[in-house]
Amino acid sequence: MNNSTPVAGISARVRHAEHVMGTVVSFDVPVFARHEGILQAAVRWLHWVDRVFSPYRPDSDVSLLARAEVTVDACAPEVAEVIAACAFLSDSSGGYFTASPGGQFDPSGFVKGWAVERASQLLSAAGSADHLVNGGGDVQCAGGRAPGEGWRVGIVNPFHAGQLALVVAGRDFAVATSGTAERGLHIVDPVSGRPATGLASLTVAGPSLTFADAYATAAFAMGDALAREWTESLEGYEAFAITDDGATWQTSGFSRYIAVD
Amino acid sequence: MRRVILAVTGTVAGLVALLTFKTHTGEPSEAALSPAPAQAGTGSTTTTVLPAGERAVTGNVANTVYGPVQVQLAVKANKIVKVSILEQPSSTEHDLQIGQFAFPKLIAETLSAQSARIDSVSGATYTSGGYIKSLQSALDNGV
Repeated sequence: MNNSTPVAGISARVRHAEHVMGTVVSFDVPVFARHEGILQAAVRWLHWVDRVFSPYRPDSDVSLLARAEVTVDACAPEVAEVIAACAFLSDSSGGYFTASPGGQFDPSGFVKGWAVERASQLLSAAGSADHLVNGGGDVQCAGGRAPGEGWRVGIVNPFHAGQLALVVAGRDFAVATSGTAERGLHIVDPVSGRPATGLASLTVAGPSLTFADAYATAAFAMGDALAREWTESLEGYEAFAITDDGATWQTSGFSRYIAVD
Repeated sequence: MRRVILAVTGTVAGLVALLTFKTHTGEPSEAALSPAPAQAGTGSTTTTVLPAGERAVTGNVANTVYGPVQVQLAVKANKIVKVSILEQPSSTEHDLQIGQFAFPKLIAETLSAQSARIDSVSGATYTSGGYIKSLQSALDNGV
């Protein structure tokens, strides 16, 4: 399903929602991005990523690799890039981030954030300095929503999906949230093999969605105490968490992302 | 007022089947310091005094297969500050259950999306189906 609607009151922008990668990727871009085909190029990129990386498509590179029917050399070059990045993230998170959940190669936990950030980079490279891309709840912002105004992103309250826990704001930043809200206990602690506990949701903000998303996934799997210690140590990234019992904590630098009004 | 009405129709999307709240069937009536409707059965009229700067916007009664539904919004500086359900189906146990579940959810969603002035939403990954119910969907519809 595709649909694009003009944003009420801001005639120079357009919103577009694309069903891809098992979720919805929402774009808020200048109108010229649609007219000049830049938006379509970003959308084509996402569908290409889906074809190459989806573990649900039997003919994707990832599925062929998981069944050992091809080697990495025979795959798209981006596959090797993703494998290398996943190895780095697994190392730097003490194994809490993994490209093999359940023992089989499946880099889905990395691919969505990475693909959305790359879609944003395609828009930027084509001249769209101010835009926002939201891949199923993980957001990459470029520039601001209007001259002198940053983007504002609401963090969903994990106990009431229709309500917000917090609003973050800024220019040129990414924000990703991991939690149990929409898909049940879907994040498994790869170290213990059990569903991660202690946290209801964990949000990471920083410059790159690729890292914010992967860090949020890893930290959520760590559980409350270890996540707090580990996210404090991350260079350039800040975290905000809501625990199982409704308490919240944030890393020392997170306050700069909190909207002041 | 168009933005306000879009907010309601956007967040209502998942509940349309239950409620079929139509805002385009006629002009909503607007009244500052409007009296609330007479409470059925009490024989008396309760007057609601709104805080300064607030307007009450009352939607038309929408007849759904479950019974009539009517919503009133309190609007301040073109933002919804309060949502009240004036009339809702209540003749069966099922109606009451729907009312207890759906209306508080609708009210919360409308208020949070309006008051926070947000461009987007970050939360645990939603599936294509879950997206329809999410706030992002309301935003994409032009709230």
